[in-house]
Amino acid sequence: MPILWLFVLVLALGLIGFVLGRMRALKDAHGDIRQLHSLPNYYGANVLFATLIPGFAVMVIWLIAQPMVIQSQVTSLIPERAYTDAGSLNLVMSDVRRVAEGLDVAVAEGAMTHEQARDIRSEFTDVRARLGAVGVALGSNVEPYVLQAAQKYRTLSNGGLWLMTALVLGAAVLGFVLSYLRTNKEQRSRNSVERVVLALLIGAASIAILTTLGIVLSLFSNTIEFFKLYPAKDFFFGLTWSPSFGGGSELGILPLFWGTFYISFIALAVAVPIGLFAAVYLSEYAGPKVRAIAKPLLEVLAGIPTIVYGLFALLTVGPLLVNLFGDGGALGVDWMKGGTAVMTAGLVMGVMLIPFVSSLSDDIINAVPQAMRDGSLGLGATKSETVKQVILPAALPGIVGAILLAASRAIGETMIVVLGAGAAARLSANPFEAMTTVTAKIVSQLTGDADFSSPEALVAFALGMTLFVITLALNIFALYIVRKYREQYD
Amino acid sequence: MSDMTANTQPTPQKSTSSLYDETKRTKRRNQSEVRFKAYGVAAIAVGLFFLIALLVAIFSNGIPAFKQTFITIPVELTESALDKTGNRDVAEMSKVSTFGYKPVVTNALVTALKDAGIAIPFKKEKDVEKLLSSSVAAQVRDTVLADPSLVGTSVEFRLLASSRVDGYFKGRVTRDALIRDKNLDAEHLDIADAMAKAGLMATTFNADFIFGSDASESRPEQAGIGVSMMGSLFMMIVVLLLSLPIGVATSIYLEEFAPQNRFTDLIEVNISNLAAVPSIVFGILGLAVFIQFVHLPQSAPLVGGLVLTLMTLPTIIISTRASLKAVPPSIRDAALGVGASKMQSVFHHVLPLAMPGILTGTIIGLAQALGETAPLLLIGMVGFIASNMPDGIASGFLDPNSAMPAQIYEWAKRADPAYYERAWGGIIILLLFLMTMNIIAVILRRRFERRW
Repeated sequence: MPILWLFVLVLALGLIGFVLGRMRALKDAHGDIRQLHSLPNYYGANVLFATLIPGFAVMVIWLIAQPMVIQSQVTSLIPERAYTDAGSLNLVMSDVRRVAEGLDVAVAEGAMTHEQARDIRSEFTDVRARLGAVGVALGSNVEPYVLQAAQKYRTLSNGGLWLMTALVLGAAVLGFVLSYLRTNKEQRSRNSVERVVLALLIGAASIAILTTLGIVLSLFSNTIEFFKLYPAKDFFFGLTWSPSFGGGSELGILPLFWGTFYISFIALAVAVPIGLFAAVYLSEYAGPKVRAIAKPLLEVLAGIPTIVYGLFALLTVGPLLVNLFGDGGALGVDWMKGGTAVMTAGLVMGVMLIPFVSSLSDDIINAVPQAMRDGSLGLGATKSETVKQVILPAALPGIVGAILLAASRAIGETMIVVLGAGAAARLSANPFEAMTTVTAKIVSQLTGDADFSSPEALVAFALGMTLFVITLALNIFALYIVRKYREQYD
Repeated sequence: MSDMTANTQPTPQKSTSSLYDETKRTKRRNQSEVRFKAYGVAAIAVGLFFLIALLVAIFSNGIPAFKQTFITIPVELTESALDKTGNRDVAEMSKVSTFGYKPVVTNALVTALKDAGIAIPFKKEKDVEKLLSSSVAAQVRDTVLADPSLVGTSVEFRLLASSRVDGYFKGRVTRDALIRDKNLDAEHLDIADAMAKAGLMATTFNADFIFGSDASESRPEQAGIGVSMMGSLFMMIVVLLLSLPIGVATSIYLEEFAPQNRFTDLIEVNISNLAAVPSIVFGILGLAVFIQFVHLPQSAPLVGGLVLTLMTLPTIIISTRASLKAVPPSIRDAALGVGASKMQSVFHHVLPLAMPGILTGTIIGLAQALGETAPLLLIGMVGFIASNMPDGIASGFLDPNSAMPAQIYEWAKRADPAYYERAWGGIIILLLFLMTMNIIAVILRRRFERRW
């Protein structure tokens, strides 16, 4: 693993620099630390940073750039008849990489010499058999141009590796020497070290932005790709969802939307009344003892992973509902065919959201000023009248915000619907039928060894984009409401 | 005053009722008060009821997974079948596949039954082998290959019973259900009952469930969660190593150094939005960026760890900022007053004081990440059998592995109900981990949190 070794080498160089730089500064001050501008360690750290930063910077840039350069060099060797579009070019390129790796393995195991690996010709040798002998299985016989490209790939990446090693070490040594020579007792090394640390802090803070950017870019580029293959109008307004990897699939999002919103609606219908009443009781009626026990217990529900709720829906709630509403069930109605249904997923998701609604509403109700309660009670209102006529109206915007946040949770929830809601996409009003959601379909379209250039796999990114936009809009709106409301009483 | 001089005292209106009597209206108001309060109690009761129902479902269904039915019989390791040449050469003996061992084990079972005086009601005696798991031949073979000198002797083996027999002892499989089942007949259960009575078969604690590896779809009795536990462990190492430094650095910047400007606002908005992005979207990000773009290996704990890091960061940042905020400004002022730089005051004084709060937040973030499933589905940590323990650190990070929640999902997807029991059992283990982490967080908070 030469890159790892290079990394360790640069790191070691930096540490040596730390020790030497510190010593040089102390020597310059004749061992009297009072004559130094900064504490001795800062001089060491200065050399350390001056070594590591150029070294690692060159390494990172090279590692990003090298595959691109090699890709374009090698692609030119592949005749145009071998591929029709970017997708099949990628397939050829992965063949090339496999063969190149195979040659590497063969050389490493001693089955071939470097010269043989470089000059071998598929016209004369059965490359597949020779690579198979060292344990590299290839799918088909190696075309001459693939072998050539692979050999070019090998030479380029080997050469690149050496060049990179040289450049990285060069940059590190240069930084080391320059900063070491500049070290003296007057040097304001603390200031420069602190500048580097601040830059690191800013860099860490930017990761949040990079993550959002990564999400948006990866969703957006693949969505565009999808809309090239499948008309956007049919996606957004299509009434059927029937993907088939053979082609000719209909990918309308409306049935998925219907399932998503139906399930979320049931979940909220369960969670909002229960959560809200629980919050009102806990903040207005309950004594400190009841509160100290009931609140953490309710919040345990929020700490349970969603896979547990999913299993609960699939194996406990589903069969229970079938026993009630199914054929020959306790209620004597035949509404439910199987355990997975909108009702199953909705109920369980509602349970999951209870603590979410209750703790958010609890905060908001507590933020209503005590003076308003006192005023209402002083006028002779009962406690419940105070709650209904004073506190809830005052807290309403915040509670609406909390419900919107819960709705965005419900829409984005995956495991409960994957396990509890079923897989069939349909537009039906019966809550005891199996339906499916956007998130469940993202999972089913992207798991397995799907070919990422087919519309059936790419549709998952379009679904993800839609989901991202909806939840983001809901969140921003909800946070806006909550924040605006908070300002009123602060 | 005028009232007194005028001496026209207004006659007090005669109240028709005392304040102590309930009028109709008061009664109604009081009733609605009682009702309202009852709704609140009912809501909490319903919430707690669901919690209890959930826990009861988990434990009643999951506890049996920790027990397994074993058959303990002596197996005669006949030389003629296992080592024809007789020179105990391991290379030569490994040519005998599990098919060669199967009759040996079956014969041992038949002999043991006869010795115990249990009648075999089948035409072909060989049919009793359905009592045994299909993994037993491999188990015996591994033992023999590890110690060739055992050949020719009789060794007592503790063999797994098949999952149907196991289910019978746990109450999962009933005799009625076996009528349509071609894997086991009711007669087998008679033998099993007799064997249990004779002490040849017993249901005992099964450590392999906790430490073992996953097994193929047809052998639920052999499956364990150990390998995916290692996968989760390696993922958590990645999450801890990345999210703690990055989260703390971000919080320090935002709390202590960031000027009020557009860039800072942008970061803040991004963090609060990332906290609310559905977890599945992070999975898509991982798939598109780490696997498709950077070409990291699929299903590797490293990739899972990276994705979960991005997911956990907002949690850690929010709690770290809260604990940095809780450090009083007088500490910073004092440090600056004796000549420390801003950076020194933060790193030498504020950060150590905020550390307990930061660690608490980190542990809670890790607990969240440990239970997260959806993103792992997209980066391919399901759909295969996690049967190999990672050998070494690099392989732990890079080789395909599952993770605990992904393994539970995988089991829940399999058709055999015996796997449902495993899934519930896996949940018990997962919840134990989460509970431990949360308790540590609470203890840390109680013990080290300082009120200023």
